[in-house]
Amino acid sequence: MAASPFLIGCATGFSGDRTDGAHAVVQSLAARGGGTLIFETLAERTLALAQLARNADPESGYEPLLQELLAPVLADCLRQGINIVGNFGAANPPAAARCIAGLARAQGLSAPRIAVVHGDALNTPEQRALLRERLGPRLDDMDVVSANVYLGAGEIADALRAGAQIVVAGRVADPSLTVGPALAHYGWALDDWTRLGRATMAGHMLECGTQVTGGYFCVPGLKEVPDVHVAGYPIAEIDADGGFVIGKADGTGGAVDTRTVKEQLLYEVHDPARYLTPDVVADLSQASVQVLGPDRVAVHGLDGHARPDELKVNVCHRGGWLAEAEISYAGVQAEARARLAADIVRRRLGAALTVRMDLIGVLSILGDDGGAMLDARPAGAGRDVRLRLAAEHADARVAERLLREVTALYTCGPAGGGGVRTALRPRLNMVSCTIPRDAVRSGWTMMEAAP
Amino acid sequence: MKPDQDPVRVPLYRLAHSRSGDKGDISNLSLIAWDPDCYVALADQVTEARVAEWFAYRRPTRVTRYLIPTLHAMNFVLEGVLDGGVNDALNLDTHGKSLSFHLLDLRVDVAPELARRLPDIPGDPPVVDLPPAPLAPR
Repeated sequence: MAASPFLIGCATGFSGDRTDGAHAVVQSLAARGGGTLIFETLAERTLALAQLARNADPESGYEPLLQELLAPVLADCLRQGINIVGNFGAANPPAAARCIAGLARAQGLSAPRIAVVHGDALNTPEQRALLRERLGPRLDDMDVVSANVYLGAGEIADALRAGAQIVVAGRVADPSLTVGPALAHYGWALDDWTRLGRATMAGHMLECGTQVTGGYFCVPGLKEVPDVHVAGYPIAEIDADGGFVIGKADGTGGAVDTRTVKEQLLYEVHDPARYLTPDVVADLSQASVQVLGPDRVAVHGLDGHARPDELKVNVCHRGGWLAEAEISYAGVQAEARARLAADIVRRRLGAALTVRMDLIGVLSILGDDGGAMLDARPAGAGRDVRLRLAAEHADARVAERLLREVTALYTCGPAGGGGVRTALRPRLNMVSCTIPRDAVRSGWTMMEAAP
Repeated sequence: MKPDQDPVRVPLYRLAHSRSGDKGDISNLSLIAWDPDCYVALADQVTEARVAEWFAYRRPTRVTRYLIPTLHAMNFVLEGVLDGGVNDALNLDTHGKSLSFHLLDLRVDVAPELARRLPDIPGDPPVVDLPPAPLAPR
């Protein structure tokens, strides 16, 4: 009889995901004999936003909902031996670890062993010089907010092997949140490319939460999902060879079938033979899926190849200001009045701002920023149309002119405009490069128990 | 050929499903057939050139198609179509999340016996064809 597989459940797919997913995952893991719970909360830009928060408050800069995510499950996890791994440390993993320790104290739990992964932030003069070398002189003009390299599974695996019950990371590759615990559990070699490739794809299936269990999938009449409002979060059953079955938490809504699994397999993939992570180049070009039972799908045919020589870095920098303003028109000539309103604003702004125009209800997301698609469309007879105008500028006062011009349409624009909303937001832009592995000083430390 | 054997023109959403992903200024669109028969139609007709033309207003600098026959699926990688990507574009949908459903409006020709057993959305209006996209450089 085969040994029982290693279970990993994922309770969030991004910062901003639902926070009530973990409970059912933990109950299911406990009922099936244990496993590891992971949280993925770090999209590309999330880390830069976290760094800005840390700049304002040195004890901030980690996932803002960390307490809300962990409070319902921390006691059960510690009692059941379910380890927790997350990139919810964001720009301040040590502060996140202190937050978790405080939560455990507040709940009357004995202090958990919390490990903190470090080294993703590239802040030394040598590292910044290397980024300048890779990105060129354009870096000199950038107001850099954060520069982080994608770490792999190694630090997470080492910390778990050393007895950590909770591992707090910042930027690590999303699939590495899964590969780390699997590595620690099975003790695979770090160049066992086939097993690492398979486990990486297990992580890829988990990392977006319900995107593999029926979330982000429904099309009424074409693809129906039962009880999607309470879709369960996914659980992967990983075997000793890295092969895996995708399922979901017990007693939840949603669905795991061949279609949900295929959509997530190819999500954010370019060449299916070369899915790059710090741990391995995963290969899903020969992948196949097999239904094993209700809400249980095995993925076969996965492989892996030697990991990339270099690691990917994201550098986020301040990108000026985004101005957005909207106004609505209804009834006769509504679309014509919306188009006239845009024309009025553009004429008054002249060359100061390049304005993107959308007609919500007519064409508002398929078009390009240049407006070629909207220009090519014959002026229609839309009778409930919301005009949206957007522009960006390095100077907030210039960007703000768009908001004032749209607001002034109340009295100066075409007849019957209503519902003006305006927003001015700072922008964060990003550039990427790769750096050699030996330029990265990554590691982990076990947090000292509070005295 | 008898009229009832003439190919039927159907939108891709009757043959397949799709999800968008983004990295920087690159959008990837999976296209996953309901079954092997649907996959054959996709592989024959949903070529790189047709997809590039269908997304011409987004000015792709390159369109690459990867076939994954074991999944009855293909993956399109459209470079340069996101006006700089999630942090740079002025679009409401800076990720290009909605682009997969634009792909699903592309139409292909299938045999009538296949069309008869495909799922359908009765009354869904046909997509309005836009004039060809301007060829001026970005």
